[in-house]
Amino acid sequence: MIITLPLLKKHLKTKANEKEIIDKLTNIGLEVEGVKESSGELSEFKIAKIIKAEKHPNADKLKVCDVSIGEKENLKVVCGASNARDGLITIYAPPGAVIPKTNFQLKIAKIRGVESRGMLCSGSELNLSEDSDGIIELKVKETEIGKSYFKSKAEKVIDISITPNRPDCLGIRGIARDLSSTGIGKLIIQKSKKFKQHSKHLIKTSITKDKHQGCLSFGSCYIKNITNKESPEWLKNKIYALGLKPISAVVDITNYVMFDLNRPLHAYDADKIDKEIIVRDSKEGEKFDALDNKKYELKKGMCVITDKSSILGLGGIIGGTKTSTEFETKNVLLESAYFLPSSIRKTSRELAINTDAKYRFERGIDPNSITEGLQVATELILELCGGQASKFILTGKNSPKKRIIKFEIDDFENLIGIPISINEAQKILISLGFVCKKKGKKVLMAEVPSWRPDIVQNVDLIEELIRIKGFKNIKLISPEKKRDNETLNFQQKLFHLSQRSLASKGFLESVTWSFTDSKIDKHFSKGEKEISILNPISSDLDVLRRSIFSNLAIHLKKNQDRGYDDMSLFEIGPVFFGKNPGEQQIIVGALKSGKVGRKSWIEKERNIDVFDIKSDVIKTLIELGISEEDLFISNNTKHCYHPGRSGSVTLKSEKGAHLAYFGEIHPGIVKKLDFKESNIYGFEIFLKNIPEPNKKIRQTKKSFQPSDFQKSQRDFAFVIDKIFKIGLLEKIIKEIDSSIIQDVTTFDVYEGENIPKDKKSVAINVTLQSINKTLSEKDLDQISKKIVEVVKDKTGATIRS
Amino acid sequence: MSDLDKINSIFNAKIDSVKTKEDLQNIKTEFFGKNGKITQQFKTLGSLEANDRKDFASNLNKVKDNLSNQIEKKFLEIENAEINDKLKNEKVDVTLPVRPFQRGKIHPVSQVIDEISSIFSEIGFSVAEGPDVETEYNNFTALNTPEDHPARDMHDTFYLEKNKKLLLRTHTSPVQIRAMLSGKPPFKIIVPGRTYRCDSDQTHAPMFHQLEGLHIDKSITMGHLKGCLDYFIKEFFEVKNVKMRFRPSHFPFTEPSAEVDIGYRIENEKIVIGEGNKWLEVLGCGMVHPNVLKNAKVNPNKYRGFAFGMGIDRLAMLKYGINDLRAFFETDYRWLNHFGFDPLDVPTNYRGLSK
Repeated sequence: MIITLPLLKKHLKTKANEKEIIDKLTNIGLEVEGVKESSGELSEFKIAKIIKAEKHPNADKLKVCDVSIGEKENLKVVCGASNARDGLITIYAPPGAVIPKTNFQLKIAKIRGVESRGMLCSGSELNLSEDSDGIIELKVKETEIGKSYFKSKAEKVIDISITPNRPDCLGIRGIARDLSSTGIGKLIIQKSKKFKQHSKHLIKTSITKDKHQGCLSFGSCYIKNITNKESPEWLKNKIYALGLKPISAVVDITNYVMFDLNRPLHAYDADKIDKEIIVRDSKEGEKFDALDNKKYELKKGMCVITDKSSILGLGGIIGGTKTSTEFETKNVLLESAYFLPSSIRKTSRELAINTDAKYRFERGIDPNSITEGLQVATELILELCGGQASKFILTGKNSPKKRIIKFEIDDFENLIGIPISINEAQKILISLGFVCKKKGKKVLMAEVPSWRPDIVQNVDLIEELIRIKGFKNIKLISPEKKRDNETLNFQQKLFHLSQRSLASKGFLESVTWSFTDSKIDKHFSKGEKEISILNPISSDLDVLRRSIFSNLAIHLKKNQDRGYDDMSLFEIGPVFFGKNPGEQQIIVGALKSGKVGRKSWIEKERNIDVFDIKSDVIKTLIELGISEEDLFISNNTKHCYHPGRSGSVTLKSEKGAHLAYFGEIHPGIVKKLDFKESNIYGFEIFLKNIPEPNKKIRQTKKSFQPSDFQKSQRDFAFVIDKIFKIGLLEKIIKEIDSSIIQDVTTFDVYEGENIPKDKKSVAINVTLQSINKTLSEKDLDQISKKIVEVVKDKTGATIRS
Repeated sequence: MSDLDKINSIFNAKIDSVKTKEDLQNIKTEFFGKNGKITQQFKTLGSLEANDRKDFASNLNKVKDNLSNQIEKKFLEIENAEINDKLKNEKVDVTLPVRPFQRGKIHPVSQVIDEISSIFSEIGFSVAEGPDVETEYNNFTALNTPEDHPARDMHDTFYLEKNKKLLLRTHTSPVQIRAMLSGKPPFKIIVPGRTYRCDSDQTHAPMFHQLEGLHIDKSITMGHLKGCLDYFIKEFFEVKNVKMRFRPSHFPFTEPSAEVDIGYRIENEKIVIGEGNKWLEVLGCGMVHPNVLKNAKVNPNKYRGFAFGMGIDRLAMLKYGINDLRAFFETDYRWLNHFGFDPLDVPTNYRGLSK
């Protein structure tokens, strides 16, 4: 909402200066978003004439125009508007000017090889209208060419952000009333002049009784024999100041009243109305030509203003071209009505129309302002355009019920923390327009003014009171440093821990959108149903991700394209397996690509491999609190991994809780996504499957039992079936005698010469140590023999000779 | 010349020419071996008269000590010479690069969430969470934003269903409803999380992070709200004093509602938080609307409290001088390296929030 001080001071008697007023506005919740010179900086925008418009040599849709701004030489300006033509008078912005809509500063630029000095402007670029279809067409005399379009008044414009609960402040008077309650000034009560209302009202008006009739009352005045014309300077200046474009006296008056009193009005050319006005629900498929030069096809049940033959307007939203007023209009019907916010909202949303009237009606117009609106506007029309007015005719319901709130004064202190006296409360409420009576010492009976649809209960009054009294008066109570509940639960701790754990292994943490490109996501999903977003921001962000890899892969590729091949990325976040709330789980996902020791003078360069990623996943799981011996590795995998170079980690056994997948990303996917560096590995950890340890057990550690006796090492070379899992072989050896066998490590795997084709040779080092004694040669021989026997027994392996 | 003097002079003549440990070993054998010159002399002790024996033994021991000390000294000399020799040949250029290693980093959003959690943990808030996909009811209606409320226009919502019943949450506030419905008052939670609006330009991203706060108890007032936020802002920006202003505003789910601005100034092109004469909006807050409490099955006559919401990404940008919001989510390797945090840099109460 835009105001200027002179417009405000029509309603507020005050000695306060601009700064005081601006501070006050912000302090009572009418946030000042900006203050700027209204037209001073716009003086560069000149009225100009296109002398000649020719097709651009290199572009079909562009024209090269010779533009006159009243100087000797014409300017060459490239223009894309379809209406640019010889002789058109429009508005020219020179290089250096800042376009109001985009805040873009113009420069001399070559457009498709032709230099353009400045540009020709559309109404929307200048914030004059919504019209962006072509450049503005002015109907002014040739002598105006070269003059500034915006008359420089150097008036400060104050831009206030009005919250949706305050429709009353969408009129300058409402803002003045709020200010007056702070004591900064006094609200001026406007006195209207009496005028004669002798002429006849020639248009019958009615509201049909439809089920969801959006129009509750329809007031009108018939004014005949007017002379519509351009508004006088004083009104034009007001219209400019409000950021609007002057059209004609009648239209400017209705606009001015809307912005001044928050009372939307509409003026019809009465001669174009077919007999009478009927306010009714639209029928499915009815068509309507609106003043924004668009054709609308209506749905059933929209509130329309019609005559005997067609639709004249969408009630409270936009008028139609059929009955629009022109300079030639002789007789007008002035409408002042009340439309239901819900009806306005539904219709405007379905048709995607936004207008100043719609914006106001959907927030709630004062239902008691119908007559006042007719009064003020008719008076102005008679003053500026002459003519004779009829009596005001009101159709529909009369004023709505009064709302009275019983307000207990102590409620204020209970919620806000500081007291307010009943007298102070009463004074504030009265200044805001409430009728407010004391009932005893602690209770106020407050009648809510009709322009405040937002106030329905106690707490609404409390807000009014503290808003005016001032938030700065609330005493701050310091928080107590006390904790009754744990800050994080187990899953949240895992989340934080896994972030730190992975970052400490050289992975960079990434945060990506929860949505992704369905074309990428499908490669990584396990066949869960795709979850589409109905209104995605772009077609490559059209689904909720089913895999943590989808975005990581996209970004890994982007980074490779930037020239980074050796990279480790991870993200911890939700993936989705259904579209209902909660059908999601937190996954720790990581991708790693490239080589180790690339271009190193000291390390041998090698491709990263599945054992690098396995090491990362195992270390992370251990750091998350699972003991190493509980990690069971199998080659169970899913289809986005290389089938032979990937696996699973489960808890304790193959059937235990699934903790993670790891492995090489499937070469087919790597190829489809066209990675520059194709050596890519990844893992996924399922945090929800990590068991929460029993805290009591976790806290007391196992007793510490070091052995004081010598430890010995023995090496074995087994020849074993090629397909036999070495993990299992190690496990078999470990379990032979866990009191003596401290560690089992494979240090070589060999296939080839001297070994049968279906076998491999596995070299295993076993650490032996007893807690009770130094093992003798005899003891060692015995256990070695046992190892060989058990392994042979359980796996068929023989000792390599 | 006595035998001992002879031995001494022979030894002195030989020891000077010793160069290696081997030479030294030879001398050791020659004098102290089984048939060594000194050993021989000891063997003669038994055949001497008691008086002579005492003197001779004393002299012999002196000589023995002297010689073995010299041998020991020589040994150390040779060893030193050997080490020095070795060191001469073992020079490397330590300015050569280290073995390659990758440094991992924590994303600024995660770091700031940890910082915030640490701050609120001190005053007894617990971290709560909710799903990213929400019902229209939890996201709007339960939060006192019925269908035809114009405030819905301010949230550009991503929908999953034509009937608009399922959506991506536009704020973390629906977790208020979930938390209250699933427990009993008092409630004291913060909710960091992903939020979504279909709005994308320089300063808006379709996904961003919000922090919700909710404190419901029997005698909570707006004074507590002020105190809580004053504490948070000071702790977060790690400054002693913060100029702060509560400005009336409107949110459907709180009443009274306020936006909070903090003072700042620009010094050497850097922002200084907490002082100066410019205002920066950092969060929205208010007393939970009785309609919201009713919708969450909490008796508004018995309980009341405050709620607040702030943009985590924006707080990170302000604190750490990051300019571009969209870059947060672009996973540019260089950006992550530049703005990311060391994994050991864990914000804690006792060690401080940041290094």
